[in-house]
Amino acid sequence: MNILGIETSCDETGVAIYSSTEGLLAHQLYSQAELHAEYGGVVPELASRDHVRKLLPLIRTTLEQAGVQGPDIRGIAYTAGPGLAGALLSGAAVARSLAWTWKVPAVEVHHMEGHLLAPMLEEHPPAFPFVALLVSGGHSMLVKVEGIGRYSLMGESLDDAAGEAFDKTAKMLGLGYPGGPAIAARAEQGDPARFQFPRPMTDRPGLDFSFSGLKTYALTTMQKESAGLSGEALERLKSDIARAFEDAVVDTLLIKCRRAVRESGVNTLVLAGGVAANQRLRKKMNQMMEAEEGQAFYPRLDFCTDNGAMIAYAGWQRLRAGEAQGLAFQARPRWSLMDLQPPRLNC
Amino acid sequence: MKLLAIDTTEDSCSAALCIDDEMLWRFEIAPRRHSELILPMVDEVLAEAGLAVRQLDALAFSRGPGSFTGVRIATGVTQGIALGADLPVVPVSTLAALAQGTWRLRGATTVLSALDARMGEVYWACCRFLNGSMVLDGEERVGRPDLAIEALDDACWGVGSGWAVYPDLLLQSTGVSNQRVLGEQRIHARDVASLGLVALLAGQTVAPEEALPVYIRDNVAEKPARP
Repeated sequence: MNILGIETSCDETGVAIYSSTEGLLAHQLYSQAELHAEYGGVVPELASRDHVRKLLPLIRTTLEQAGVQGPDIRGIAYTAGPGLAGALLSGAAVARSLAWTWKVPAVEVHHMEGHLLAPMLEEHPPAFPFVALLVSGGHSMLVKVEGIGRYSLMGESLDDAAGEAFDKTAKMLGLGYPGGPAIAARAEQGDPARFQFPRPMTDRPGLDFSFSGLKTYALTTMQKESAGLSGEALERLKSDIARAFEDAVVDTLLIKCRRAVRESGVNTLVLAGGVAANQRLRKKMNQMMEAEEGQAFYPRLDFCTDNGAMIAYAGWQRLRAGEAQGLAFQARPRWSLMDLQPPRLNC
Repeated sequence: MKLLAIDTTEDSCSAALCIDDEMLWRFEIAPRRHSELILPMVDEVLAEAGLAVRQLDALAFSRGPGSFTGVRIATGVTQGIALGADLPVVPVSTLAALAQGTWRLRGATTVLSALDARMGEVYWACCRFLNGSMVLDGEERVGRPDLAIEALDDACWGVGSGWAVYPDLLLQSTGVSNQRVLGEQRIHARDVASLGLVALLAGQTVAPEEALPVYIRDNVAEKPARP
């Protein structure tokens, strides 16, 4: 059974075809990052306009890549939320009407459920239950996952998401957008011993995060240390701050994850979302989980960021149980992951 | 010829099925419920005619100008159906469709269509009845209702939501008689279908991926000044 997945919640148009017997057959991604970079962030109206232009050509390419004809598609899954309302609606309109035309079921997918299940596309997928750390530009949360649609929130960011803190700090250092890869690259050249940034909210119990103070700490360090610097010395300072910042974020996430694993008694950890692409984070999480006699799982790098593959897979998990929506479609810009239910017949 | 047309641009939502000279339709005033209603409407008109979507010759849709979200819903739904059933598409101007409606309802032969564009502006265009249907006479524009709009002739009608929001400013700037103002007339998929059929017969169709919105208002974001 082939499922077409469509993702348009923010600034990436993603399309994929997942086969229930053969796994992922094809996936295509178009990133609008360049378009929005000129504006210093995502412009929602421009994002919607670009999805409308790019989605159909991308669907055609994906079908071709998979060697699949329209009638071979047995269900369509699309991101209904959370995300930008106009962007979501652009994808939903095409997905729902295409499903109607092909007379196949269509199912709404929660974007974060997609991220959560992305490691299931790998050769060695994790088994339920697991603790998941979802870290992206829009979210930072720790979730206990007992099955599809059985999620409980363990902790979340009280202010900036981890990815957002990377973006803002990179912008402040003049390293460009998106900030995650930019900071990671500069941190490679940074001296880990020069600055010691705080590890926010690790000295008290609980699993919530706070990253906005860390971003401010980076800013004041920059202001204090950069006076009179230029050229190579200034660049070295930026690298050292990038390293201190990255170390602080990674350490903080590590401490919270260890706590979550111990508190829940579940020793399988899943990392997902854009920040899960960070190599230092992956390496340290592996070490930590080894020490906890458990294991950490990640999606491949391509599937840490937004993509259609995770939507096709998550949609299949619901479609296979008989879940499907009617002819009405909608965008759910604010949709809590905790509102999800296990898959059910014809909701 | 069998053609399906949809409109979701304003606070109304409609679908029409044209089979040669017969027309079936659904129409509802339903603000912000387009995405909920449009596919059921399409499904119903086809079921009523006993037609499968693959038996259609083409699709037509309101391609704008109008509400960005509304125009994208019509575009997305049209793209999805056209891709799925491998059908050619006719993008139809909302302003021309309004004028076509005024010809159908009132026998108007010249119309100044104006849709509320928010931000103190209207989308507008002059339309003229030519060889059996309404065509745009000049460009579609967006601008202030008190500037640079002139009626084509003394018999010109003023039609569309722009006339409901700025009746005085438009009457003054255009010279249209207040006896010929229809601020409450909505776009109807019947008229989108009629114009779509004319274009289809003239071979003016596009591929599904070229069925795209025409926004007219394109300066939607400002780039930050370089430091």
